[in-house]
Amino acid sequence: MMRHTEKSAWMAGYTLLTPAFLVMAVMMVAPLLALLALSFWTQNGFEIDRTPTLANYWTIIEPSDEPFFWMGIPFPFKYPPPAVLMLKSIVVSLVATVLVILLAYPMAYFLAFRIKRNKTLWLVLLTIPFWTSYLLRVFSWKIVLGYNGAINSALKSMGLIDQPLEFLLYNPAAVAITLAHAWIAFTVLPIYVSLEKIDPSLLEAATDLGDTKWRRFLRVTLPLSAPGTIGAAMLVFIPTVGDYVTPMLVGGPGGTMIGNLIQELFLRQNNAPLGAAVAIMMMLVIGALVAFFFWAIGFRKLRSRVS
Amino acid sequence: MRNTFRPLTLYAALFMIFLYGPVLMIPLFSFNDSLFATFPLKGFTLKHYGTMAANTGMLAALQNSILVAVCSSLIATAIGLMAAIALTRNKLPGNSIILAAFSLPLIVPSIVFGVAILIIMLKFLGIPLSLWTVGAAHVFICIPFSMTVLMSRLEGFDKSLEEASRDLGESAWMTFYRVTLPLALPGVISSLLLCFITSFDEFVLAFFLAGTDPTLPVYLFGQLRFPNKLPGMLALGTSILMLSTILVLLAEFFRKRGVQTNIPGDA
Repeated sequence: MMRHTEKSAWMAGYTLLTPAFLVMAVMMVAPLLALLALSFWTQNGFEIDRTPTLANYWTIIEPSDEPFFWMGIPFPFKYPPPAVLMLKSIVVSLVATVLVILLAYPMAYFLAFRIKRNKTLWLVLLTIPFWTSYLLRVFSWKIVLGYNGAINSALKSMGLIDQPLEFLLYNPAAVAITLAHAWIAFTVLPIYVSLEKIDPSLLEAATDLGDTKWRRFLRVTLPLSAPGTIGAAMLVFIPTVGDYVTPMLVGGPGGTMIGNLIQELFLRQNNAPLGAAVAIMMMLVIGALVAFFFWAIGFRKLRSRVS
Repeated sequence: MRNTFRPLTLYAALFMIFLYGPVLMIPLFSFNDSLFATFPLKGFTLKHYGTMAANTGMLAALQNSILVAVCSSLIATAIGLMAAIALTRNKLPGNSIILAAFSLPLIVPSIVFGVAILIIMLKFLGIPLSLWTVGAAHVFICIPFSMTVLMSRLEGFDKSLEEASRDLGESAWMTFYRVTLPLALPGVISSLLLCFITSFDEFVLAFFLAGTDPTLPVYLFGQLRFPNKLPGMLALGTSILMLSTILVLLAEFFRKRGVQTNIPGDA
């Protein structure tokens, strides 16, 4: 039998990849191009005017002399919702992401260095929430924080409060906590993997050379696990900026985010082109923020030290 | 040493309470004999499950969800298996770029795909929304999961088994059928189960693409607006959580199973 040449192996490889490529082309690339095209068109009553124009993008950034104030910050725009909600979404997601990392890192550390027996059990326990319904995980916070919810009714039945605490639900803080809870399952395992990969002899060397436990953590463990941790943070930050389920269920009127605006524009206000422009803008802003972040911390250098 | 107080162990316990506590409120109140999800608990009852089971709208949505989940998990796993074989068996040029591209559905906010697929279906292709559009979207988001599970499975066994089969004169197809597939089988089952859960629980894309036939999460979301529907929805939520948990445990079981016992004719 003839040996396969490298080239024919590549051919076979790409042939096997064809169905996956096709799905990606039809369900990802083409829809995103359609979204981009739509953002340059305009809604005219029930018809879509296909003359290419930047009108939707102009709507998003059109300046106005009378700024709209949100949290004391002036937004000098004629149509401020996109800018205001974009900023709010970034802040809420950032808070949620920081919360997630602060909570998940010690757990991952515990899993990597302290658990000797029953490791599989712990891993499975951390995996289950990853796969269970996102909608139900978010909804559970409505039950916990609601006006007639678990916390309020428990405090009331214990006689600690007379009236339900109204500030628990329907605000940006509730959104941030719920997001943190809903996404934390996605982060423990990646951080754990990056901690697990650390060569134990490096830790021993640090101890032998006189580092205290804490110094060893700061100088060896933390830097070596940083790329994995940052990757995990991105896995939370990027998707949550556009989340609309959580704000819709626990955010109330004050907790809406950019995803809710996109959904409104598409489904309720029947202005899909403007909605498309807002979605494109959102992706550009997220992309720019992430790129800036990686550049600012020198991610390449950070990663090259690990491998 | 063993008896010293370990703050990290305490933290891990608290973490687990944070992780599971809120979600466990759903089953807790679903068995509570009250129309509200409030403390103190009133007493044990199964009547909310009766209410749920008698709900025809729910049953129709359940049927839709099962149909979509079965079809999309089968298709996604088949496509994922082919892609996983290609990426583990051949060092293709651009391997890492391909992998990064395939993980995009997990990173880009789902609402972007929701609206993007919505408009290409309605405004560009003129395809009306139905369970088919939901299914297509679910195949798309399941492929990365399927590929991840199957690639780690395929990397876990010796490539020389396949080479031996080829050297002994088996065709590529027979090598796949008699060597690769049996070895990958636990991964395939695991992938099927995980894709099923992913599709069954998926809400955002289904919300935009379901048209008039809701899947179960879309139906559940619609009912959350009505306070009097809460008990039935708690029962439904509990059932969904239980099904997902059982399927995850099964998937984990198959994923971790050893390689050596699964080769037919090995003896």
